[in-house]
Amino acid sequence: MTSPELSTAFEQGGTPTGIPAKTTQDSRTRGGIGESTLRPDGTLKVTGEFAYSSDMWHEDMLWGQTLRSTVAHAEILSIDVSEALATPGVHAVMTYDDLPTGVRHYGLEIRDTPVLAHGKVRHHGEPVALVAADHPEIARRAAARIRVEYKELPIVTDEASATAPDAVLVHENRTDHYCAHVPHPNVLHRQPVIRGNAEQAARKADFVVRGEYRFGMQDQAFLGPESGLAVPEEDGGVHLHIATQWLHSDLRQMAPVLGLPPEKVRMTLAGVGGAFGGREDLSMQIHACLLALRTGRPVKIVYNRFESFFGHVHRHPAKLSYEHGATRDGRLTHVRARIVLDGGAYASASPAVVGNAASLGVGPYEVDHVDVEALALYTNNPPCGAMRGFGAVQACFAYEAQMDRLADAVGMDRVEFRRLNAMSQGSVMPTGQRVDSPAPVAELLRRVKEMPMPPERQWESSEGVDLRQLPGGLSNTTHGEGVVRGVGYAVGIKNVGFSEGFDDYSTAKVRMEVVAREPVVTVHTAMAEVGQGGVTVQAQIARTELGVTRVAIHPADTRVGSAGSTSASRQTYVTGGAVKHACELVRERVLEIGRRRFGSRHPGWATAGLLLEGGKVVTDGGEVLADLVDVVRDEVVEVEEEWRHRPTEPFDPRTGQGNGHVQYSFAAHRAVVEVDTELGLVKVIELACAQDVGRALNPLSVTGQIQGGTTQGLGIAVMEEIVVDPRTAKVRNPSFTDYLIPTILDTPTIPVDVLELADDHAPYGLRGVGEAPTLSSTPAVLAAIRDATGLELNRTPVRPEHLTGTA
Amino acid sequence: MDFLRPAGWEEALAAKAEHPTAVPIAGGTDVMVEINFGHRRPEYLLDLTRIPELHEWETGEDGVRLGASVPYTKIMENLRAELPGLALASHTVASPQIRNRGGVGGNLGTASPAGDAHPALLAAGAEVEAESVRGSRLIPIDAFYTGVKRNALQPDELIRAVHVRKADGPQQFSKVGTRNAMVIAVCAFGLALHPDTRTVRTGIGSAAPTPIRARAAEEFLNAALEEGGSWDSGKAVTPSVAQRFAELCSAACAPIDDVRGTADYRRHAVGVMARRTLTWTWESYRDTSKGAS
Repeated sequence: MTSPELSTAFEQGGTPTGIPAKTTQDSRTRGGIGESTLRPDGTLKVTGEFAYSSDMWHEDMLWGQTLRSTVAHAEILSIDVSEALATPGVHAVMTYDDLPTGVRHYGLEIRDTPVLAHGKVRHHGEPVALVAADHPEIARRAAARIRVEYKELPIVTDEASATAPDAVLVHENRTDHYCAHVPHPNVLHRQPVIRGNAEQAARKADFVVRGEYRFGMQDQAFLGPESGLAVPEEDGGVHLHIATQWLHSDLRQMAPVLGLPPEKVRMTLAGVGGAFGGREDLSMQIHACLLALRTGRPVKIVYNRFESFFGHVHRHPAKLSYEHGATRDGRLTHVRARIVLDGGAYASASPAVVGNAASLGVGPYEVDHVDVEALALYTNNPPCGAMRGFGAVQACFAYEAQMDRLADAVGMDRVEFRRLNAMSQGSVMPTGQRVDSPAPVAELLRRVKEMPMPPERQWESSEGVDLRQLPGGLSNTTHGEGVVRGVGYAVGIKNVGFSEGFDDYSTAKVRMEVVAREPVVTVHTAMAEVGQGGVTVQAQIARTELGVTRVAIHPADTRVGSAGSTSASRQTYVTGGAVKHACELVRERVLEIGRRRFGSRHPGWATAGLLLEGGKVVTDGGEVLADLVDVVRDEVVEVEEEWRHRPTEPFDPRTGQGNGHVQYSFAAHRAVVEVDTELGLVKVIELACAQDVGRALNPLSVTGQIQGGTTQGLGIAVMEEIVVDPRTAKVRNPSFTDYLIPTILDTPTIPVDVLELADDHAPYGLRGVGEAPTLSSTPAVLAAIRDATGLELNRTPVRPEHLTGTA
Repeated sequence: MDFLRPAGWEEALAAKAEHPTAVPIAGGTDVMVEINFGHRRPEYLLDLTRIPELHEWETGEDGVRLGASVPYTKIMENLRAELPGLALASHTVASPQIRNRGGVGGNLGTASPAGDAHPALLAAGAEVEAESVRGSRLIPIDAFYTGVKRNALQPDELIRAVHVRKADGPQQFSKVGTRNAMVIAVCAFGLALHPDTRTVRTGIGSAAPTPIRARAAEEFLNAALEEGGSWDSGKAVTPSVAQRFAELCSAACAPIDDVRGTADYRRHAVGVMARRTLTWTWESYRDTSKGAS
């Protein structure tokens, strides 16, 4: 696109300095922050033309296949690959013994995950061997010919079995830095948060409610399965094209296993089909590179849907026990809670999930006396780790159910009870951290409560019954019989960014140059665009800061420094912050050049606060000093810089005290449901959401994030669950036939009310958006179903048998 | 795996006679899922997509001869009046994309208890037209389902069409799934009133090893309607009759607990669907008979 103003100026042959003039509204930069600019990948994705990682192809490439364990816990007595190796078209078969170096484990924080199983498998679906072949079908058949002899071991699947005195240990001889603080070797990490004296405060409570809650295992259910293409390079290194959430984290874990210096492992982001936390851990990254280095041929691995369910970690299932107390006038006296998360066989992100569950475990409320304990178990269940909401989701489901029950006990309106106890700016978290930016919890609740209600019996129209508006939909199970409406509210609190002292930085490289008589900015980061719209926002920031129209986003790769993970609602904040910072430095350099060239010609150059707007250098009064093309000319102004948010602190291992989080994010929901009380079927009619986003850099994307997060929360409320057989620890529904995610007919109207109360510590005042709506959506739906049915419903997801007494 | 592509029906029958283990494939909405999941790897696939007559239907005086490959979308769009129960069932099959490809022949060939067409075909009293090089025969739907994913076809037979009488009274179909679209049945129920013979017929899906009828429930309801002169008077079905009918439908089930639902829930839900569909069909019958008188 060409800016008409610039081309006109050029054709008119303006002097190098241009003619000083007031900028008009028309010459301001378009497509900057605050506008709903469209995503560059949007149309391609909707029309099916976007190239995802699974679409990649390379001449001469081989196909990799993973053989996975068929049992949850077993010794491997032998592996016989001879028949697989002898299969025509097979180029390599690899097991643990073929790994090139002594580093044979990886992990986000604790390197406890074998690249290929060694002597033992600890969960159903663990990778045991690899095959590379000419064709994916040959690779699959060859993998099936590998003979693995297992000797099954006892399994541990929950807290009782995992911490029994004679429990089999999932990991023997632990040396990680959590093992000294845990009560049992099958407890991966335990984090108490203690503030005040909950025991004493409990005696002053006029009302006390206790509840036990269970949260099912949710899958990220991204649509693009794990896939990548590893290409061996002439220098002995490898170039991996990969769908991931964090290139540099992958690289750090991969290089030592491959026996390569990090600079010989090159990474380029391939098209990512969703992530939601499920791509934080490695899947086929090392496997594809191993096979490529072994065979000297490019190797592509694409999981099918079945394998994908085993190829990534899931959301932790949890068991939560809560005790809440309140005085007669409705003030919270104390909260005691115990949150047991099932981490499965390997650590993944479990320690950080524990930190979140513990520190955010009482929700967005002011409570002086808190005694919370959160822990993650090692079991033989599938490994669990990061998923949107990250530990805060499970807690929110439980504490919001408690808040309803306590409001009822006190005899107050449920929303008013929450508002009375809501935290606000200046409140102190149970960790002792003072919240130093807006925390409009009461206001968000007020807003969702005051939204207009959807009409009653909305399925009735002049044309008869609209089945799509009823529970069961077009399955034609009710024409209104047995249908009862329910309404529920919930609010939640989520941290933004990596916490507990993590050095959570991002890097941006920004370049300005003149191309075809137009100033063009290139932004290069390693940020993984996983569908969140980060590339859209980066371009908006560059336009706002540098006053250009044309911004090119360089493909994300490891030729630039780390951008950190696309998770924790952090990329607009942190990589956005890095891009903004690099742009500011580029602007300084450009202005220096301008001063050098034209400073003597106009006194404005000597003033502070010069801006780049509409392709021009302007004073803060709006006077144009020069066209950018004339300033930059044939120079290339490039800056690469790291940027950090305010540091955080670790939590004290005994008390959980510490300024552990950098920012908090809040959302509230009102759910309106229609429940077929006889069949136990649910139709969520509306899920209204109010959220504070600090500053909406792209309002359309913000709305999309809120609606997506809300829908993912609805999924775990009424249908999504990976069912693991407790007798075998095997997954029973690894397919989209039986792991159900919401369809458009399950997705309600989602009115969104966005608040923009700036956080002065964050770039542009913004607040991370992506996760908070996933928290409160689930408990709001549960509350609405309880309202409709009068049932207790302490477990999510709610299934029809739970609503009909036929479980 | 060999892929056989007969250009016509006679050629297809010959191929099936020569390769009785060949798995016929038309829409592919069942077979391809099985193959992709590695659940089966047939020696031969017999592609029926090039046989136009399988995609056609003929509406005669009394009934419809529905080609085995007529996609569900076409049934929904074109046969709503003649085959209302099957049209309703077709609407619950998977997604629009699948409904554009899948047809009743595949449902019958797979004979899964969860196939959406079965309850409607049972309630309507359909017949399956099976053919081989040896000749053609009509298999009554009641004799078609012989076991879990087994049917009465001989190894050399292919399904040519389904014969379904035109509805002579109201028909209904209900299906329970744990989401509001694109879901495999936890259980399903079909009900057809046949005023011409003064009988009712039922069909139950996903609540027994095969699709079944609730015969005791049908007999009870036939007797109750007869006894009360209800077919003539059009008087309302009493709640106690509806309740007893529902109980007998539940009792006909022989369900299992699985990842999609519990046996108890299936029995319960079949009862609820039986009661509701009876109310809907009978009210509709009363409305039409009032209109006629």
